[in-house]
Amino acid sequence: MTAHALLQCGVYVVVLVALAVPLGGYCARVLGGEATLVQRLLGPLERGLYRAAGVRPDDEMDWRDYTGAVLWFNLFGLLVVYGLQRLQHLLPLNPQELGPVAPDLAFNTAVSFASNTNWQAYGGETTLSYLTQMVGLTTQNFVSAATGIAVLAALARAFSRRRAETIGNFWADLVRSTLYILLPLSLVLAVALAADGVVQTFAPAAEVELMRAATGPEGQVITQQTIPLGPGASQIAIKQLGTNGGGFYNINSAHPLENPTPLTNVLECLAILLIPAALCLSFGKIVADRRQGWAVLGAMFAIFLPLLGLCVWSEGQLAPQLVELGVDPSAGNLEGKEVRFGAAASALWATATTAASNGSVNAMHDSFNPLGGLVPMWLMQVGEVVFGGVGSGLYGMLVFAILAVFLAGLMVGRTPEYLGKKIEAFEVKMAALVILLPSAGVLVGTAIAVASEAGRAGISNPGIHGFSEVLYGFSSASNNNGSAFAGLGANSFFYNLALGLCMLIGRYGIIVPVLALAGALARKQTVPPGPGTMPTHTPLFVFLLAAIVVLVGALTFVPALALGPIVEHLQMTGAHP
Amino acid sequence: MLSAIRPALILLALLTVVTGAVYPLAVTGIADLLFHDEAHGSLVVATAGPVGSELVGQNFTRPGDFWSRPSAVHYDAKSSGASNMGPLHEGLQEAVAARIATLQAADPEAELPVPADLVLASGSGLDPHISPAAARYQARRVARARGLPTAEVLALIEGHTEGRTLGILGEPRVNVLRLNRALEEIQPSP
Repeated sequence: MTAHALLQCGVYVVVLVALAVPLGGYCARVLGGEATLVQRLLGPLERGLYRAAGVRPDDEMDWRDYTGAVLWFNLFGLLVVYGLQRLQHLLPLNPQELGPVAPDLAFNTAVSFASNTNWQAYGGETTLSYLTQMVGLTTQNFVSAATGIAVLAALARAFSRRRAETIGNFWADLVRSTLYILLPLSLVLAVALAADGVVQTFAPAAEVELMRAATGPEGQVITQQTIPLGPGASQIAIKQLGTNGGGFYNINSAHPLENPTPLTNVLECLAILLIPAALCLSFGKIVADRRQGWAVLGAMFAIFLPLLGLCVWSEGQLAPQLVELGVDPSAGNLEGKEVRFGAAASALWATATTAASNGSVNAMHDSFNPLGGLVPMWLMQVGEVVFGGVGSGLYGMLVFAILAVFLAGLMVGRTPEYLGKKIEAFEVKMAALVILLPSAGVLVGTAIAVASEAGRAGISNPGIHGFSEVLYGFSSASNNNGSAFAGLGANSFFYNLALGLCMLIGRYGIIVPVLALAGALARKQTVPPGPGTMPTHTPLFVFLLAAIVVLVGALTFVPALALGPIVEHLQMTGAHP
Repeated sequence: MLSAIRPALILLALLTVVTGAVYPLAVTGIADLLFHDEAHGSLVVATAGPVGSELVGQNFTRPGDFWSRPSAVHYDAKSSGASNMGPLHEGLQEAVAARIATLQAADPEAELPVPADLVLASGSGLDPHISPAAARYQARRVARARGLPTAEVLALIEGHTEGRTLGILGEPRVNVLRLNRALEEIQPSP
């Protein structure tokens, strides 16, 4: 790892924490319904929305009503995205005259955006009209992220309440998260991106004369190039901030019109982890003990930083097989990477985008060296809890915290507590569900795919790497990440359906038990810490929490990883000692 | 449970208007006003009209031009794409060997090793840049084809090299289209 790579990563982490601290406080105020500057501006809009919808933001819901509201809202969102794709040829804002999207692909895309996954089995510029991108996808980018924040807010409240039946009002959490957190941040980021060259216009694609006529793949003479345009910056800002990740263009943030400079790159990359990191600190504030938020954030960094180091180191290498042909290894593995970012900034992005359940890419993970590809794959497999999705990462991590105190309690033989709440059989059952469901999706899905003709048909790389493509795809879908080893031909009936189901399970199969957990915790009395209580803000707990995430992830996935990237690494280096 | 249907539908519709229409329109308005050219694809405009985007690479094959990176989509900007080949893919090794052979055929004195970006395809297939090393590697071929002193071509590369942003972010690079256009102004290609 070069000094420059180290400096770049160091600056990234410092700026991230410096931004997360004030934002964390701000988000806590928003979720607590306190007055803020933005609220003074947009307050009338908020109240207007409630009035039109006939809801009272102070009407608290119990966990069942809250869950019902989440599920109805998400179901309708999914149906709208599906409908827009099927009918886009009849609707306006379609200057490239794109046809309707096939039913299986439309289903996959609709699930993908409603569930905050943003797996892309389609290429944006060749498949979706401006209207579908804007009204369908951009909207889901906002509201699926807001759904995550809302569920987290409900869980955080449950910890801070005692003997309460209710956990908040979903409509208020949804509207406030959208208007006061996601919208202002996106507006600022979108304008900054447009200033540095990210496209933002409703004009159709521009035709330009090439400097030199070129010969196309079929021998035809090409004298013009079509520069695709569109309302990109506005969608790219929220796809990064909302841990969505669905690119405006096929090749996502590797595309020079989506991510043109090292500056846009670092802004987009900071936006990936900004809200997930900030929400940890908001959580500390909501449960009235800031140290708890820092402890959770600390555990996330404890896992993130070593993996970042591994990925950056790995991509700084070039396969010996290529060096032997006469390629200079000093710049690292540049296959599938852009010159303006280089190996280090590409590896940093890959680690951040899979630590968070973002899934946007600025380089092709499929072409990473085996260990460089293992890092993003495993970060998804541990359940997207190291930062994770907006809201969803933290509620996943809090489930791991419950598991951590439970295991610690088993060791000393007393009832565990977390933040004053006794952790009993029901809570542990819900925690187990949250951890097991996506893991089952990854392993069962991969097994079915590699055992079936339809699954193997999508593989593009020969040998071990082909298995990795499938494993990566199911890891991504089941944990709502959305990035891919993109060589996998995933736009087939089999993958559209199988990955669509995994995304549904990975999102709603978690939200429901988490809200049930919130309901149970809110009802409990808070017990004061006794001499036997394990403090959950100490370095010991940070270590325990990180260790349990790593352990669960390792025990579940090492066999599968050993068949994929680990063998591939040995093949790459072993043949050339 | 059913009482949630009405607010769900209404809030979805209204939030769609706010985030799916008002927000992108507002960003478009601001961008149009303040950063019109940047928001419209950073087109390079000559007297005859637009001749490319500063941000989108083009394909060059003449010995007198600097060549861009290999592209999986042949610099067809209607799409974007990568090889997605893993490092052990035989197809990648064959392609790299062929690219090295092409470079050596165009300049028999070209030495090894070759800068990696010149023989490994970009992620987007539209990378507008090459590394300064990849530009210098081609300087002698370009100079000979255009009848220019190599030193002058090297100086031109130097002048077109963009450093890391703030000295920290990204990597040094040269914009191939800009470099070739500058070259064409000094000494048109035969």
